[in-house]
Amino acid sequence: MSDATATLAVTAAPTPSSKDDGARRRQVLILVAVCAVIALLLFAVTDVYLQNVLILTLMYAALSQSWNILGGYCGQISLGHALYFGVGAYTTSYLFAGYGILPWFGLVLGGVLSALLALVLGYFCFRLKGHYFAIATLVIAEIGLLLVHNSDTLGGALGIQWPFAADGWATMQFARNKLPYIYLALALFVVTWVATYVIEGSRWGFWWRAIKDDSQAAESLGVEVFRSKMAAAGVSAFFTAVGGAFYAAFVAYIDPDSVMSFRFSLLFCLPAVLGGIGTLWGPAVGALILIPVTELTRSYLGGSGSGLDLIIYGGLIMIVALARPEGVLSLFGGAGKGSAR
Amino acid sequence: MTVESFFQVFASGLLMGLLYALIAVGLSLIFGLMDVVNFAHGEFLMAAMYATFGLWALTAIDPALLIPAATALLFGFGALVYMGVVRFAMRARTNAAMVQIFATFGLGILMQGVAQYFFTPDYRSITDSWFGNSTVDVAGVFLPVPQLFGAVISVLAFVALYLLMSRTDFGKALEATREDQGAVALVGIDRDRVFALGWGLGAALVGLAGGVLAIFYYIHPQVGGAFALIAYVVVALGGFGSVFGALAAGIIVGLVEAFAAVLMPPSMKAIAVYSLYLAVVFIRPSGLFGRL
Repeated sequence: MSDATATLAVTAAPTPSSKDDGARRRQVLILVAVCAVIALLLFAVTDVYLQNVLILTLMYAALSQSWNILGGYCGQISLGHALYFGVGAYTTSYLFAGYGILPWFGLVLGGVLSALLALVLGYFCFRLKGHYFAIATLVIAEIGLLLVHNSDTLGGALGIQWPFAADGWATMQFARNKLPYIYLALALFVVTWVATYVIEGSRWGFWWRAIKDDSQAAESLGVEVFRSKMAAAGVSAFFTAVGGAFYAAFVAYIDPDSVMSFRFSLLFCLPAVLGGIGTLWGPAVGALILIPVTELTRSYLGGSGSGLDLIIYGGLIMIVALARPEGVLSLFGGAGKGSAR
Repeated sequence: MTVESFFQVFASGLLMGLLYALIAVGLSLIFGLMDVVNFAHGEFLMAAMYATFGLWALTAIDPALLIPAATALLFGFGALVYMGVVRFAMRARTNAAMVQIFATFGLGILMQGVAQYFFTPDYRSITDSWFGNSTVDVAGVFLPVPQLFGAVISVLAFVALYLLMSRTDFGKALEATREDQGAVALVGIDRDRVFALGWGLGAALVGLAGGVLAIFYYIHPQVGGAFALIAYVVVALGGFGSVFGALAAGIIVGLVEAFAAVLMPPSMKAIAVYSLYLAVVFIRPSGLFGRL
């Protein structure tokens, strides 16, 4: 089975068949339809709280898609992506609050720094396998969190407050109206989706899936395993940091625990796992289920401190993991299935 | 650093390290048996602490005497978790590692919620016990009695575990199952039963550690997190599945933490432990005593 997939990876990589072309074109149509639905939603959803939920859902769909590039397609389960999220958030906030440099520059710079960091860490981590890899990523993210906590330059435990700025696209600050943040979050989602879509059809995409299925078989057939993993880590970290920059602009105040705690690493994997790991639409479907449920249970049950929100959240994760190992998306057969394996 | 303070730091690091080893060994045992990492391990510890606290609050019996009860409760709970959750997670044909990670993660979050539901998020502590806040003076080195008690329990537990693994039929069945899961069925060993007992044993060991920890540590629903991370580091450092590795790595982590706390700014002690772990696994990817 895995040998067959690996062979496919090598032979089919340069020229995807025309049947695949049709399936892939359908994916783009689905994206256009989804964007149209969200555009219509903008007129229906005027409540600020619901707008918030929509922004977070789109943002986590994008972030989970970024995680999916490394975790889903390439099969390297990272439990430390909060580190890259933090790099994006802190680079942007530090440059804007300290030097007045517009967040757009911070966003790009944070993404590049984060990708470089992922390459350095990947150089060491990719020699670890399975659970050893997952735990190493968890520990590295924790070291990052502790370092930021102890860094006076980055505001230590107090974090960085964004200075007041007039509303505008240049500074990404919109105090009165949430609508621009929805556009930005939607753009973030579309960009990560398109990046994944392009990579999925490229030689890299085939290589990653071959590595995920059986890295030894892939290697013996000429797939450059180490370089492929490094590329996946770099791309994944870049988009995660861009998401972090967006989040920092959105909340306008960050501290170590509010952008780099383990909670975030978990929130990046979970939508992909719930929706369907290593698929084009899995992270979005997962985020659409998970984020509204957690936000709503947190606001209606979490305030009481009774723990019911955690019971529902944990129970949901457990049940979906056990009941649908392939993710919720697999219930619908057709859509996105072609890209699943 | 004077000679006295060196021994003082060494002793407190050793005591804490033995407790870390006891917290971690159940995790390593379960992994060695069936290649499953329990990501709710910290919450198992938290459950044992609350079990001890709850029984103490109800009965006013000294917590040291309640430790066997907490251990037994966790044994049953561990077996139940295998039968109710892990058994199904292992059936997954696709994304097997992912399913195990997130099924146990979900369980951990659910357990935090249940703890919060019954005990509120407040910090609790056992306010009176025989071992209280006393210390003993051993040749000029002051040892906190609860930690000393914990270290003795840990050493006894490791001796008992060694005897169990090497001298009993159950130990042999565990060893045989970890060697070859298919073949043991042929000689009449019920794989599910061995796995359930293995989970029971692993949970009982962390139950023992939780009972000890409850005597001198604050108890709250999120208490498992910090200890769980140390337990993963200990297990990965020692080598997944290696009982002896967990003991050695636990002591190493305890000592490094104790010396780092004295020699570096206090906030850096966790970084020292994590960095040491990373340095070791980057050189030896399967840990100090791993079999992989």
